[in-house]
Amino acid sequence: MSVRVSRHLISIEDLDRHGIERILDRAESFAEVSGREIKKVPALRGRTVVNLFYEASTRTSSSFELAAKRLSADVVSIRSAGSAVDKGESLKDTVQTLSAYDPAAIVIRSPHAGAAQLVAGWSPASVINAGDGKHEHPTQALLDVYTLRRRLGALDGANIWIVGDVLHSRVARSNILALQRMGAQVTVCGPPTLIPREIEALGCAATPTLDRIHEADVVYVLRMQLERMHDSFVPSLREYAVRYQIDTARLRPGQLLMHPGPVNRGVELSADAIDSPQALIGEQVKAGVAVRMAVLYELLAGAPALAAAA
Amino acid sequence: MSMSTYARHDDRLFCRELPQADVLLRNAQVLDPRSAIDDPHDILIRDGQIAGLGPPNSLSAPGGDVETIDATGLHAFPAFVDPHVHLRTPGQEYKEDIATGTAAAAAGGFCAVIAMPNTDPIVDDAAILRSLVDTANRSAQVPTGFLAAITRGLGGQELTEMAELRDAGALGFTDDGKPVVSAGILRKALQYQHLCGGVIALHEEDPALSGDGVMHEGAVSARLGLAGIPSVSESTMIARDAALAGYERARVHFQHLSAIESVQALRAAKEAGINVSGEVTPHHLTLTDDIVRTLDSRFKMNPPLRSERDRHTLVQALRDGVIDCIATDHAPHARHEKEVPFEQASLGTTGLETAFSAIYTEVVLPGELELDVVIDRLTSGTALYGLPTPRIASGEPANICLVDLGARFEVGADGYVSRSENCCFHGRTLHGRVRLTIAAGSVAFKAAQLDHRGALSRS
Repeated sequence: MSVRVSRHLISIEDLDRHGIERILDRAESFAEVSGREIKKVPALRGRTVVNLFYEASTRTSSSFELAAKRLSADVVSIRSAGSAVDKGESLKDTVQTLSAYDPAAIVIRSPHAGAAQLVAGWSPASVINAGDGKHEHPTQALLDVYTLRRRLGALDGANIWIVGDVLHSRVARSNILALQRMGAQVTVCGPPTLIPREIEALGCAATPTLDRIHEADVVYVLRMQLERMHDSFVPSLREYAVRYQIDTARLRPGQLLMHPGPVNRGVELSADAIDSPQALIGEQVKAGVAVRMAVLYELLAGAPALAAAA
Repeated sequence: MSMSTYARHDDRLFCRELPQADVLLRNAQVLDPRSAIDDPHDILIRDGQIAGLGPPNSLSAPGGDVETIDATGLHAFPAFVDPHVHLRTPGQEYKEDIATGTAAAAAGGFCAVIAMPNTDPIVDDAAILRSLVDTANRSAQVPTGFLAAITRGLGGQELTEMAELRDAGALGFTDDGKPVVSAGILRKALQYQHLCGGVIALHEEDPALSGDGVMHEGAVSARLGLAGIPSVSESTMIARDAALAGYERARVHFQHLSAIESVQALRAAKEAGINVSGEVTPHHLTLTDDIVRTLDSRFKMNPPLRSERDRHTLVQALRDGVIDCIATDHAPHARHEKEVPFEQASLGTTGLETAFSAIYTEVVLPGELELDVVIDRLTSGTALYGLPTPRIASGEPANICLVDLGARFEVGADGYVSRSENCCFHGRTLHGRVRLTIAAGSVAFKAAQLDHRGALSRS
């Protein structure tokens, strides 16, 4: 393994259970800030946070931006469209250019695995991975664990199913790691074409059917990207929906339903499931700002809390 | 055009005019499995030929023009040969060229290399090959052979003018870097081989199975979310093409084997009496996909590093002789082509300067493979193309490397002889370092340490 230092959040592997809990506790206190009329604390006043997004993103980019602003940081947001990246500038040159502004943190979203790790090698800033290819999306997993913890308390022994396109999902990978670190049992479920070979090496179980979905305490549904149909990963969205769509008939009373968004209504989730009181989808979005505030705070202003697992 | 214009011997190896050495290697631990030697010897080289071999300190330099090198404590091996390198001439000289690539070969103990045709332009035309031969005759530091493309532009659609390319000096043919996807086109190349000769070497991969893959498909690709290349992408094509070779009674060589299933397919083909051979790289013998967890693009190559079981099977197959030889697949790339996220990085690692040391450190020292087997397999690659095999014996041309097995060094700490630095062993501490390479009778590489020893011994 490459050595990772504690001032970055690149992978859930950078955190042990204690480090995750520390961030979640911090997020609880920031959630309180978000309830105030003036939603701002001066923790990062005078410091700069750069958001560098090479992929389309709504909720991740906006929640990082809001999180940094609520901590009083100066925020620069760069999207690949319309920037020098569009003119063929390499990631390294872009990062070194932005580093000249002496940012305290660079938040990066990239379509390529390992991009955040490379940025950490090229810039003195703290680097936060906002999604790198199909590899990891650690802040999504943290906000999911945060959301679940608020509902369930400790996750020890909780049985959590992740359903859908695991192969192409960074959310699934970070969640498998994070949920297991918090003591949960994880099962991944989806068409065999969309479950990575040897995924069990991550410590989870894998199954191609929803036959035992009733055993789950939490059903975490992944977005089914429509283009997968063209690559013959599934014969049709109709067949996918018949086999894997979570609706209120498949949802057992008491089960919690999660989804990282954006949802394809009528594909991986039925409308009635989305709107059911068992769905935590809105709470996940709401948690995004507080958890990302906590991550920024712990990396930039907090004690060396994340060092534990590094 | 008569071939003799370009091929100085019938051996189709080309290099600059080499000053023939007069050297006495004193008290070297000579290991040549083919000559059944594993003892200390003096080796006298006169005018580039091995003139005498005797017990330690028995030979003397018969004149002032013979340099004496004290080789006490050093091993003398027949110099290595590499049937698979990318020298990047023509067109990609910013990565490597014939001069720097063959200098890197010499620094790694190699006395002959065979260059692949996937350059820019591709070596798919006799005029291009002739200009390459001219360049090699001016600048190659060790004898260099060339494979030409099987299909024009490596496009997999039309055969090259194979007979004319043979006349211009091609040792054989390959579309290396790409598979010949069409069985029909490959079959015609195999038929045409009966006219023009030349080994047909195959990069085996089924693009439909490899897809967008960038690493071995397994637990590590599952963890990293990188698209995987399954082992069967390689092995199914080996099985297919071995069957074609058997049917056409053709001669086929399988390049850079990486997987258990490929070894099984090669073994089955050999047992069926088909005229096939295979090679394996130092990195596939020493590294596994586990190291790709670092997401360091130095570990991105095609075929990919596979599992520990695959690595172990490749080592055993090399020992058993199912795999015939070691080939580096030396693939230099500029820094900007590797300083990008893994999925975007160019494929390949340099290997000439570290081949012996890496295998010695990671496979011989742990006891997986005997040193004499490694020396045999590092010297057997050119014979597959009908070229002579380096031997340490009286009357043979001097192709010898001196290696200090006790030396330890950090790869890359002193830079590289190659123009590129994309070595998968970069930063690793390796044992065993080449100190001298005599290639085709000429001193092609001499380490500063050796001059120091020589000065000491003369004083």
